[in-house]
Amino acid sequence: MSDAFFVVLMAMIGGAIRVSTPFLFVALGETLTEKSGRINLGLEGNLVLGAMVAYATSYSTGNPWAGVLAAGVAGTVLSAGHGWICKLPKVNDIAVGIAFMNLGTGLAFFFGKPFIQPTAPRLDAIALGGWSSNPQVRQALMVNPLFFVGLGLAVFLWWMLKNTRWGLVVRMTGDSAASARAMGVSVDLVRLLATASGGFLAGIGGAFLSLYYPGSWNESLSSGQGLMAVALVIFARWNPLRCVWAALLFGATGALGPALQSIGISKGYYFFNAAPYILTLIIMILSARSKAASREAPGELSIVK
Amino acid sequence: MSLSTSFPRSRFRPDARTAAIIESIVIPLGALIASALIFSLFLLVLGKDPIRFFGLVWTGGIGSAFSFQNTLQRAAPLILTGLAFAVPARIGMTLLGAEGALVLGGFSSAVIAIPMVLGGWPVWIGLPVMALAAMAVGGAWVGIAGWLRHYRGVNETISSLLLTYIAVAIMNFLVEGVFRDPGSTNKASTMPLGADWRVGDIPGTSVHWGLAAGLVLAVLLWVLMERTTFGFAARIAGGNLRAAQAQGLPVGKLAVASCVIAGACAGLAGFFEVAAVHGQANASLAAKYGFTGILVAFLARQNPMAVVPVAILFGALAASGGLVQRRMDMPDATMLVLQGIIFVTLLVSETLYGRLPFLQATQSGDRT
Repeated sequence: MSDAFFVVLMAMIGGAIRVSTPFLFVALGETLTEKSGRINLGLEGNLVLGAMVAYATSYSTGNPWAGVLAAGVAGTVLSAGHGWICKLPKVNDIAVGIAFMNLGTGLAFFFGKPFIQPTAPRLDAIALGGWSSNPQVRQALMVNPLFFVGLGLAVFLWWMLKNTRWGLVVRMTGDSAASARAMGVSVDLVRLLATASGGFLAGIGGAFLSLYYPGSWNESLSSGQGLMAVALVIFARWNPLRCVWAALLFGATGALGPALQSIGISKGYYFFNAAPYILTLIIMILSARSKAASREAPGELSIVK
Repeated sequence: MSLSTSFPRSRFRPDARTAAIIESIVIPLGALIASALIFSLFLLVLGKDPIRFFGLVWTGGIGSAFSFQNTLQRAAPLILTGLAFAVPARIGMTLLGAEGALVLGGFSSAVIAIPMVLGGWPVWIGLPVMALAAMAVGGAWVGIAGWLRHYRGVNETISSLLLTYIAVAIMNFLVEGVFRDPGSTNKASTMPLGADWRVGDIPGTSVHWGLAAGLVLAVLLWVLMERTTFGFAARIAGGNLRAAQAQGLPVGKLAVASCVIAGACAGLAGFFEVAAVHGQANASLAAKYGFTGILVAFLARQNPMAVVPVAILFGALAASGGLVQRRMDMPDATMLVLQGIIFVTLLVSETLYGRLPFLQATQSGDRT
């Protein structure tokens, strides 16, 4: 009994680290975008397009890190489109996000068709479990470098938003466009840059999906992670450091199904797959209208009315 | 006394109401033409012939009686899911829950049919019971998102999409488990309904009755939204929530009711997918009709009557997809790209409302 528990626990810790990485990247990107006062629901499209571009680039160049970079560029282009359209008057940023979700997945499926079969070089993991003789521990501590990049990025974003001039400009644009304009800041430009950089990060999240875990390209690779990450940002109350914990929590929930499968509990596989969505919904219900959330929400954001 | 009124008008100058109607036709049409041009450019870059593409869409979607009936067959669920987006949109809610309501509604109707089929119930009782079950489950499912939005302040766009993922997972879970028909070996499905328990075609066509249901509902919902107190109150709440609350309108009930109506429409689409197309419930129910319905409603500017022609247009795109795939050697995602381009172009065109130069003439002329 305790042995099975240990196996599940280890699989969940390892799974949490693996599954959380794309969540973390998308959530950090969305945090930056939302801090500037705009919401981008289209990051699901970035995730899928990023996954496809990364896989295709890695396959044709043989270098998975080139794939990661290409995924970021693809995400930047997509989100720059979002940022540009949203600055037009009378355009609703939520609707544009839905449209870009469609466009991103459509383009990814269109150009990704030839890459479903071939095998591309994948990202290597760092083995941190060498000290243990236990295979489960070793397996759980195979950590992809992108996870650490994500951690570093979270700290950097937190520091940048809090302490730098750029961070102040982004926060001010998000809290009150009028005062930003009064200070001579171009609100549209700040939001365009914040959205495009957010798109870059979300694209990298997609690269993790296709180049590390699950580690192949197909059309059912992402099922709403990009969207759940948007909910996660609200839960993390726009704080990059809290995004890390939230992403790990989501990762652990996502790892529940496969972890139980590893000890032979495969009944209810679909049900456990739904766990992250149910968790997201519960979290949204609990965090809605909380005083802390409304205090910390960027004032210009349309989603937290 | 302005000069412009004392002389016969040399130019076409509509009043504000006519201008609004012209805008709501000219701008979406212009957006469609622009997307066709952008997509043609996309095809040219890939070395494909755009004229051939649109020719094939014509042949495969509209050109012959056979292909047009295929188009109408696919338009039927799109009308219902388009309505499912349009109705709550009038009250200011962006709901992505139609796909989930369709899947869960269709699944419920297939499940409730099992004891009735085995018990030898008459079909004329059984099919309406199935349809009502689908509508009730679909309505309740989307109603959750409306309730959470209004009474808990949960963003309805994200919650309804999460509910869609949960609905698909619930259906897969139950179809793989308790309700799996032992006979379904390749693809887990519920018990097949049998030839008697099917919704037939509209006489003289090969289009199932779902199309007629969609047309009737489109008219009914148009009347509801445009000609009743309910619709008037809903539109006020959609335009200005504070004003609606100040007038004492039951905003919460209106919001939940529109979500329930939306879910019921999508659930009904699920019923027709089960009872007219598949004959059982399985993973094929999640065919993304719910998501295409969003685009349909946007292009129809959330007008229930306009949903019908737009749904037929997208039905034609879906019907001709296979032909385009085979003849031009293009992936099935081609239509997704076209839809994405249409969607983005359409939203860009929203910025043109009230800014078309030839319609602006009225206001600037009157001001002199």
